[in-house]
Amino acid sequence: MISVEGLTKCYGDIVAVDNVSFQIEEGHVYGLLGPNGAGKTTIMNIMTGCLSATEGSVRIYGHDIFEEANEAKRLIGYLPEQPPLYMTDTPLEYLKFVGEAKGLRGAKLKGQIDEVIHKTKIGHVKGRPISSLSKGYKQRVGIAQALLGNPKVIILDEPTVGLDPIQIVEIRDLIKELGRSHTVIFSSHILSEVQAICDQVLIISKGKLIAFDEPKNLEKLLLAPNEILITTDAREKEIKDILADMDHIVDMDIEEGDYTVAHIKIDHEDIYEVSRQIFFGFAHKGKALVEMSLKKTDLEDIFIELTGGSESQEATEREEVKQ
Amino acid sequence: MIAVLKHELRMYFYSLTTYVFGALLLAFVGVGAVLYNIQAAVSNFEFVLNFGSLIFVIIVPILTMRVIAEERKQKTDQLLYSLPITTSQVVIGKYLALLLIYLIPLCLISIYPLIFAQFGEVYLPTAYGSILAFFIMGSALIAIGVFISSLTENQGFAAGIGIAIILLNYYSVRLSEYVSSKARGSVIAMVILIVLLGAIIKYLTKNNHVAYGVSALLMAGVVITYWVDSSKLEGLLPHIMRKLSLFERFNAFVNGVFDMTAIVYYLTVILFFLFLSVQSLEKRRYN
Repeated sequence: MISVEGLTKCYGDIVAVDNVSFQIEEGHVYGLLGPNGAGKTTIMNIMTGCLSATEGSVRIYGHDIFEEANEAKRLIGYLPEQPPLYMTDTPLEYLKFVGEAKGLRGAKLKGQIDEVIHKTKIGHVKGRPISSLSKGYKQRVGIAQALLGNPKVIILDEPTVGLDPIQIVEIRDLIKELGRSHTVIFSSHILSEVQAICDQVLIISKGKLIAFDEPKNLEKLLLAPNEILITTDAREKEIKDILADMDHIVDMDIEEGDYTVAHIKIDHEDIYEVSRQIFFGFAHKGKALVEMSLKKTDLEDIFIELTGGSESQEATEREEVKQ
Repeated sequence: MIAVLKHELRMYFYSLTTYVFGALLLAFVGVGAVLYNIQAAVSNFEFVLNFGSLIFVIIVPILTMRVIAEERKQKTDQLLYSLPITTSQVVIGKYLALLLIYLIPLCLISIYPLIFAQFGEVYLPTAYGSILAFFIMGSALIAIGVFISSLTENQGFAAGIGIAIILLNYYSVRLSEYVSSKARGSVIAMVILIVLLGAIIKYLTKNNHVAYGVSALLMAGVVITYWVDSSKLEGLLPHIMRKLSLFERFNAFVNGVFDMTAIVYYLTVILFFLFLSVQSLEKRRYN
């Protein structure tokens, strides 16, 4: 179990991570979601002992990452955003070095190297220099080193960045598989990725933790209404008359033209039931619905709502200042 | 530490700079042996080492430039930070690997006095005492090179600064004859040195208060000494330059004296710069 309490990191006057606290339970896949420069990498670097915190503490199964660094680090496997690979090594030589540095020796070292090579499917390239491997295989070698020593927690910083679509799917499958035997924390700024892999999502914005829940609960958490878009031959007044008696309609935005287009916001969970009522309402008045489309709130809406529209501009500026 | 040592050694055997280091050291000492022991028919091998020590100016920075700078550039330092090993273990592992690489050509050089002894009288204790001192002096220079490499991620920059510093150290005794030995000259030189020290402290600690505090205290000490008894500062700068020279102390061994104070000085330099290297690596974690 990982406990992060009051974590703050300042670079001069810039606050990169601002009083972040959360608890990670065993045996789940956690997604750290946030735009570029939100503070995800900084949080991960502090959690793995690569960076000091200005304030706050990180405890890995009770071991403080700063006070009992070696004990805590033995429980963590970390893959930074850029895989830390020695290009002249072969994967086998590289894994041998990392394994020895993690305290593995002899048959145990050999056994674990074979196991992680098998898990990450790099067996056929293990004797080639890392410099000659594709980006996807380099990423796999990076994940393999994180798995050595059989750590309880695997932390992966944007593991799919820069990979082609097939490699992305392969790495995602690998993360899912790892989630069965380890606690996995990985960061991403791609929402669909987090939605597809994670049991729990932590949304980070401007260095703050702004949401931490299961993806489906996050959707409930936000009261952003579902939306129905209709195109009809009815005029604005007629539309308002037809919809006047209907519950669950919270707002509408009408644009008149040859056909009238209306954006109808509803607060009912069953969007199909409301659309059915709208359909029969218009039919009853003899008005045609030439188009009707439904838009459900997804994680992307929650993300944009929570992080704010101007986020990415600010994030880029913060990133530049940090560098 | 052993893992780092083994990994570094393996990397050095793939690296061209290792072979350049060994080849240049052997070539320079070889040329010295030809000039002194064969052409001039002098039986003292220690003179050859004295001549050969100049090549350290080039080969030590070539060997040490990548040791930490490359880790930073390739971002592999993140791996070292996240592994369950301490920064001291990393630095010592890397340093020991460098010493082993340095020992390989030195083992070959160690055979030379024995070969020359077949053809005439060679005073072996002085020859081997000098080889030992040559090893320790080289080790001190390597420690300085490791520290310089830890300050940057640019290998070329590390090599350039390394060459400049070792060259300055090599010629510091000769240069000391040209610098002012007056008290006022010493004060100016001390102020410059204190400002440089303050800049290093500021770089390593990112703490303005400590850097300015230490600089101000030292400057106050220098100024007070100047006002109270300026004669104490006379000749101070040339004296410091002579004392700081690693190469000057090697002359004692060449002259047949196994100078323990020089050995202690070399060991102190090694410990000091390895300590600074550890701090420099730690600083990145705390920046």
